[in-house]
Amino acid sequence: MKRFSTLPALNLIGIAALAVALLVLAPAVLDDFRLGNLAKYCCYAMVAVGIGLAWGRGGMLVLGQGMFFGLGAYVMAFHLKLEAAGPDAIPDFMMLYGNGTMPAWWEPFRSGAFTLFMVVALPATVSTLLGLAVFKRRIKGAYFAILSQALAVAFATLIISQIEVTGGFNGLSAFTSFFGYSLYDPINQRMIFFITAGLLVAMLLVAFQLYRSRFGELLIATRDAEERVRFLGHDPANIKLVAFVIAAVMAGIGGAMFVPIVGIVSPLDIDEVASIGLIAGVALGGRATLLGPAIGALAVGYAKTSLSETFPGSWTYFQGALFVLVILFLPGGLAQLPSYLGRLRPARKQKQVPALQAEGAA
Amino acid sequence: MNLNTRRLAAVASVVVVGLSASACGGAKAGDSASASAESCVDTSGDTVKIGFLNSLSGAMSISEKTVSDSLGLAAEQINAEGGVLGKQLEIVQEDGASEPTIFAEKAEKLIQSDCVAAIFGGWTSSSRVAMRPVVKSLNSLLFYPVQYEGLEADRNIFYTGATTNQQIIPALDFLKNEKKIDSIFLAGSDYVFPRTANKIIKQYAAAHDIEVLGEEYQTLDKGEWGTAVDKIVETQPDVVFNTINGDSNVAFLEEYDAKGLSAKTIPIVSVSIAEEEAAAIDVDLTGQMTSWNYYQTVESPDNAAFVKAFKAKYGDERVTSDPMEAAYTSLWLWKGMVEKADSFDVDDVIEAADGVTFDSPEGTVVVNGDNHHIAKTTLIGEVQPNKLIKTIWSSDGPIEPDPFLEGYDWWDPNGA
Repeated sequence: MKRFSTLPALNLIGIAALAVALLVLAPAVLDDFRLGNLAKYCCYAMVAVGIGLAWGRGGMLVLGQGMFFGLGAYVMAFHLKLEAAGPDAIPDFMMLYGNGTMPAWWEPFRSGAFTLFMVVALPATVSTLLGLAVFKRRIKGAYFAILSQALAVAFATLIISQIEVTGGFNGLSAFTSFFGYSLYDPINQRMIFFITAGLLVAMLLVAFQLYRSRFGELLIATRDAEERVRFLGHDPANIKLVAFVIAAVMAGIGGAMFVPIVGIVSPLDIDEVASIGLIAGVALGGRATLLGPAIGALAVGYAKTSLSETFPGSWTYFQGALFVLVILFLPGGLAQLPSYLGRLRPARKQKQVPALQAEGAA
Repeated sequence: MNLNTRRLAAVASVVVVGLSASACGGAKAGDSASASAESCVDTSGDTVKIGFLNSLSGAMSISEKTVSDSLGLAAEQINAEGGVLGKQLEIVQEDGASEPTIFAEKAEKLIQSDCVAAIFGGWTSSSRVAMRPVVKSLNSLLFYPVQYEGLEADRNIFYTGATTNQQIIPALDFLKNEKKIDSIFLAGSDYVFPRTANKIIKQYAAAHDIEVLGEEYQTLDKGEWGTAVDKIVETQPDVVFNTINGDSNVAFLEEYDAKGLSAKTIPIVSVSIAEEEAAAIDVDLTGQMTSWNYYQTVESPDNAAFVKAFKAKYGDERVTSDPMEAAYTSLWLWKGMVEKADSFDVDDVIEAADGVTFDSPEGTVVVNGDNHHIAKTTLIGEVQPNKLIKTIWSSDGPIEPDPFLEGYDWWDPNGA
């Protein structure tokens, strides 16, 4: 059975190091444009932390996290669109694509507080309903993966077809301000970066506590032997549901921050291909570790940007080769790299003993 | 456990410090939005940087690579003639990856990190809409080379492809007056260009006694056209107006062929099938119609020189199409604007744009300083057996761009 290093102290040091790198080092050395790029990767990393929880710890291959990312993103985009339009006015695209009237359900998104509530509540509600329907019926494995991916496809198709209220394929863009702060001002862009990076660190701390808790133990137990957990008197459906909902909320928050950072959200950012992209970072980083998913997502984001800038005509081949190499040589993800480089097999086994003990004691 | 809690508190405090540090300063909305719009374009040396932003990967790459190629030809020719204001053009190529988000990111990179004087590229409406706020907020320039849905005129964008009154409406005039049609069927991809085009067509039809027998959409990446073609067979329209974009066209035309339809039974007028796409569709398209402003077969010394130079640079088997020609023209027009302004400064270039002309392969084009489009002649073409397109009808000279259709009394932007 696979076991990954879960030394709590090491993980906390890792989180602290990441926090320092993101909140102190990066703003000091990166220019505004690169900081904006990093902020975008942080959004993907938030989704990745959730995927790590649901997939790495819970064994649920969530191939459709783009849908929850999209729910958060579109909720935020609705609000920013109304902010850009100004009080009592309606978003520009509704005049262009529609008949110049705004549906009533858009109206509440004028409120910032309602928007922030919905960024969390909408993914949570949808994932709860979905999770209840799926986990209580004991749907799992490949069936669950296909279902989640199909939902991402359906959601993107829905957004595309409702052009009058969603902006359709073009998505929503041309935002001017974020809760009253101009998005054109570099200082405000930095502020958004700090909020995003801070949220990522906060999510890692949440994941850290969850992994150490009794719930974390039960989640891993459910992943590895669902029937045994059931025989011990726990309902695996509830355990999985909690992890699934937390993952969805993390994806929703990541999506909501993505919008002011990138300045646009379109169905291509949330469809099945985007969802696979989100999973790729998690797999690359090491899905069952605490920091692996986030670091993997940051790395994939960075690699995509830098490869495409260096080789605009052929970067996709490099990216593909990178994935092949990792899958071939580091099936446990980049988090496996230290132990892979450091030691060969016998030594690795020794190292795992304290990891096991520590987890048992937590 | 106690120790860990303290560590957790330490990490949390780092976060809080970081967040509060960021909270200082920062302008509220409404305080000078253009504070960040200071240009970093370097014109002190012998070269000046320009950016090409085309999808070199993803669904649109087949089309957009050709635009990148023809831009490359224009840059090479301009450099050979001594450059722009004596400076050689240095090209920074970026990949838009067929994703609006990437277009926005790369446009920002080109303007902020590479400090390019102007960006050339984009294809889908979504790519243009994604780049628009970026070039606007950073006060840069975008030259967009593809026919589109109109209803837009941005200070920082020049549109060298056709707007609807230079492509869609003349095609309808042709169908009504020359082909005497009474009914029409609409098939399009599900995004803003086909939706807007069909809105215009429906209002035109209502005002000109043409019956719209059906309106069908499929998302850009999908090609399940079976039901739609069945409906065409059933309703027997005089013509099908095709606003399908990209690969989906292949599926549509194969389905059309399979159901026994052809140009002889029910002809199609397409506005997104050019030489490149026609060659890629493995169905007999002979006699099917298109509406554009340029074909490789246009007979003029300027076009002969363009086609010859393009084939010499990229290979004899390559074809030239409307968007390629519009992109080629856009770089020359920018050169004209810069030289008229005697400056690379964005505001100066915009100021000087009105009336700049270029003897392009499609004919002489003139920039309209009010709406940043160019006057263009509409050419209705017919696909030949060799997949090239021959002009069968043309408008009476160049049509002035009217992106908001202000000159058409039947048009109601808030109508159905």
